[in-house]
Amino acid sequence: MLNSNEILSTIEMIDQQHLDIRTITMGISLLDCCDASEETACRKIYDKITAKAVNLVKTGEEIEREFGIPIVNKRISVTPIALVAGASDTKDYTPFARALDRAAQETGVNFIGGFSALVQKGATAADRLLIRAIPEALAQTERVCASVNVGSTRAGINMNAVAAMGRVIKTTADRTAERGGCGCSKLVVFCNAVEDNPFMAGAFHGVGEGECVINVGVSGPGVVYHALQSVKGEPFDVVAETVKKTAFRITRMGQLVAQEASRRLGVPFGIVDLSLAPTPAVGDSVARILEEMGLEVCGTHGTTAALALLNDAVKKGGVMASSHVGGLSGAFIPVSEDEGMIAAARAGALTLDKLEAMTCVCSVGLDMVAVPGDTSAETISAIIADEAAIGMVNSKTTAVRIIPAPGTKVGDTVEFGGLLGSAPVMPVHPFHSDAFIARGGRIPAPLQSLKN
Amino acid sequence: MRAIVTVIGKDRVGIIAEVCTLLSGEQINVLDISQTVMQEYFTMIMLVDTANAALSFAELAARLEQEGTDRALSIRIQREDIFNAMHRI
Repeated sequence: MLNSNEILSTIEMIDQQHLDIRTITMGISLLDCCDASEETACRKIYDKITAKAVNLVKTGEEIEREFGIPIVNKRISVTPIALVAGASDTKDYTPFARALDRAAQETGVNFIGGFSALVQKGATAADRLLIRAIPEALAQTERVCASVNVGSTRAGINMNAVAAMGRVIKTTADRTAERGGCGCSKLVVFCNAVEDNPFMAGAFHGVGEGECVINVGVSGPGVVYHALQSVKGEPFDVVAETVKKTAFRITRMGQLVAQEASRRLGVPFGIVDLSLAPTPAVGDSVARILEEMGLEVCGTHGTTAALALLNDAVKKGGVMASSHVGGLSGAFIPVSEDEGMIAAARAGALTLDKLEAMTCVCSVGLDMVAVPGDTSAETISAIIADEAAIGMVNSKTTAVRIIPAPGTKVGDTVEFGGLLGSAPVMPVHPFHSDAFIARGGRIPAPLQSLKN
Repeated sequence: MRAIVTVIGKDRVGIIAEVCTLLSGEQINVLDISQTVMQEYFTMIMLVDTANAALSFAELAARLEQEGTDRALSIRIQREDIFNAMHRI
């Protein structure tokens, strides 16, 4: 029999250290929903999603009860809508977003991702229409998430798309101004987007995926933090080993839940995403893990090194615990969703520049960052270009989810509520990048040899 | 189905008897018990078999939780698999 300490340690992780499964995400292909009539296409989309995901939430809740492990979110990702809507004879893609929203509501999931376009090298007419529809789509819907991939290591960076996304983010913030510009919290601009990401807002069901698939995202910053408290003052070798062992345990649980969900729903298992995803709850913060390693405040000198160790050790520990690892896999650093990051940003220790450096070694990128309402579209585009460049050169996923909260200035706080938390408004550089963004065109793909 | 029942609460007379009566009433077979008192806190871990239980697992979990609350105890039941996954390779 298992010994008492093992059983009690698992219960303690769940009860006191916020261990949970962050999301079970069902990926659904909508490629067969294309139709010349927009109305018919939307009906097919709604019908297919509601048929495939009819038992998703119920099954998630059953697993939750039987295993005694919270499964915080049940979600759906779909084929990038630009690929589906392109067949329809319409210039307005917002009805597609509304169809997704209705399907999400009917199935009971809290988010549906895939109002997306992949334009890393160039944009089709459908891609352009989708990007144009994003502000209205996010303003009119509650649960739809949008994403646009503007660059990749193999294609370079599409600077026309980067310029467009700066404007789209500004318009989205204005269209949802009465809610702090919260539309932007559901919009991600990617470089090297992955096809099997279960986490929102950037999830979509890639074209290389099957008909329907179950992906699971685990969490557990609190468990890692707690484990590191028992190795205070020890060298980094011990720190890395401790994180690896903890990540292994967390991921084994994710794998179990993923297999169970896949079996019960009769849908193939895709991947487990080994991410440390923080929440605004005290004790569930990635920043506090970095501080536990010996930093006075997250964001000070040494933060990038601490994050690099954490990110790598999480992957090393998790990889052996799961049969298929994928998605974004690494530590997330969403400012508004992490109690320690919020505190560090308020204290002035964590700046956009430091966050940018941190994104070189962590899972994704500038995430849930609020900037003053008068930040220009060009400045936002330039921030996106910087992030995309880091992703492109380092062959990793980077992303920008930034909120130019209308009417706010540095030092204000924007409240989003729930898992999205609250974001201190952070300063951007006052110097312009307008002429840089106005050039347009493409930044060529980088050399993949002579690496220094 | 094998499951783990954990009972935690302030120590007093009769906890084991009450919990065992409760489980037998639900046709749950107890396979193994380990129990200790740590700093006045009673902690019991039971390996049980729920194959003959009439209630579904979710109903069982809800009933045990409620019965626990009524007795100022935390009683939970979880499938054994989660502990095996986490602690056994």
